[in-house]
Amino acid sequence: MTKDECKKVVLDIIADIAPDEDLSNVKPDVRLRDQLQLDSMDFLDIVMELRKRYGIEVPEKDYMQLATLDSSAEYLTPKFNALPTKP
Amino acid sequence: MSGCNDKGKRGAFAAIWATLEDRDDFSRIGGGPLPGIAFNGASATDVRFAESMKSSRIVITGVGLTAPNGNSLAEFRRNLLDGVAGVERMEIRYMGPQLAGVCHYDPLKYQKKKEVRVGTRAGSISIYCAREALADSGVNWDAVPKDRVGIYIGCTEHGNVETENEIYNVSKFNYDTKFWSHYHNPRTVANNPAGEASLNLGVTGPTYTIGAACAAGNLGLIHATQMLRLGEVDFAICGGVSESIHTFGIFAGFKSQNALATHEDPKKASRPFDKARNGIVISEGGCLYTLERLEDAQARGAKIYAEIAGYHVNSDASDYVLPNPTRQAECVRAAVKRAGLEPKDIHIVNTHATATPLGDIQECEAIRAVFGEGCPDTHINNTKSYIGHCMGAAGALELAGNLPSFEDLTVHPTINVDELDPQCALPGLVLNQPRKVAKVDAILNNSFGMLGINSTLIVKRFVS
Repeated sequence: MTKDECKKVVLDIIADIAPDEDLSNVKPDVRLRDQLQLDSMDFLDIVMELRKRYGIEVPEKDYMQLATLDSSAEYLTPKFNALPTKP
Repeated sequence: MSGCNDKGKRGAFAAIWATLEDRDDFSRIGGGPLPGIAFNGASATDVRFAESMKSSRIVITGVGLTAPNGNSLAEFRRNLLDGVAGVERMEIRYMGPQLAGVCHYDPLKYQKKKEVRVGTRAGSISIYCAREALADSGVNWDAVPKDRVGIYIGCTEHGNVETENEIYNVSKFNYDTKFWSHYHNPRTVANNPAGEASLNLGVTGPTYTIGAACAAGNLGLIHATQMLRLGEVDFAICGGVSESIHTFGIFAGFKSQNALATHEDPKKASRPFDKARNGIVISEGGCLYTLERLEDAQARGAKIYAEIAGYHVNSDASDYVLPNPTRQAECVRAAVKRAGLEPKDIHIVNTHATATPLGDIQECEAIRAVFGEGCPDTHINNTKSYIGHCMGAAGALELAGNLPSFEDLTVHPTINVDELDPQCALPGLVLNQPRKVAKVDAILNNSFGMLGINSTLIVKRFVS
């Protein structure tokens, strides 16, 4: 998985948990909660969906790694690539 | 009373209560200030409280609803007069297709998609009904002080739906609870439906649900009436909601109790008083009203649907599920008395009857005891025959279905009575065809619930 593919995975999850948001122009280097209506419960949803869909765990101490799309891809891509079966 | 002036506001309040209790009938206290009351050194809140006590006449000024056969009062009423039922087959988890009353309102009319996803069905129904009621009331909502608004929503149950969903969800993950939703608690707290409405509307006054099984819809209105009379709020949004069709447990529970309706034609499945009735059709729905003190409603030129005339709530203290006709009759009699009326003054009795073989007979026994003789102008109907049993919403919805009778002088019938059970043959029962009547000045609405909670609410034609 590339980092761009990883960003798409994260955006697909956000599309489900924030269905009213226009995700066509999300800036990858700006904090997600600064450009989208996302609250702390929504971030827990992102963590839950990564767990449910891909078996990826994000411990609480790493939540800040999901602040932007870029940081999410930086943090998650190695985890995806370490999965026994690729998503 | 004049001596109260010297006792300070505490004494004055006590005097007011004494006055009210002396009357033994809040509803007959008319407008105008109570004599001899002064509030020396009272705070603004105290003055507001005192002002609120000027009148205890409470009126209905708005109706918002969703029923299995209509998403507005006009549509609901039209279908009641046209004999259009709203029951269909619905896939129920673990059980397969079951008969259910399903609402088809548009949740996105008043909610964002995310609010629908995060919230509950009961919350969504509450928001829809509250917003519709506010629109219908014509109140300038932006100008209403939100800390003086109360939301009181009756529920039969809450939390089953979300709990079942989460258990089903974790069953897909080998019952590992790390997959249990962080939304479970806000979704399942008992105040959820009222809380979601308060979030949507920005209401900061007291907002909560009232758990009273299938009597809950009436209880929402009754509690709102009390809170307005107490001066706790100036504007109330109240009634009942049900999301019951989304929990298999209610279907399975009634089935195990041999109380779940079956019929090859869903629209004929809910048949109170018919000899071949075989149980309850479970339904979702909601109906919320705006209630105000009369002088507030008149000050803003509000349309007034009806005035709260009287009510009573009591408990059987006799069985978990079996009704108690003696207590039901006591409840009805007490409500009639508190309304300052006699049984013959009640022109429409909306029965609670759910189409269980025994329950219908027992309610008929209670109604016969009160209205059996000397009530030639009392007409008796049933609304569940169209929409099934909307549980916590039932009382509120069924009252709404009858409210237009004040205007059109027509009583909608109970439908699906092909062969009247002789034990349910009440004088005045309106069967299968609407009945034009000479006058409708008072409507009595019965709603009873498990664990033996009985409620009777009477509304009367508003006369200035």
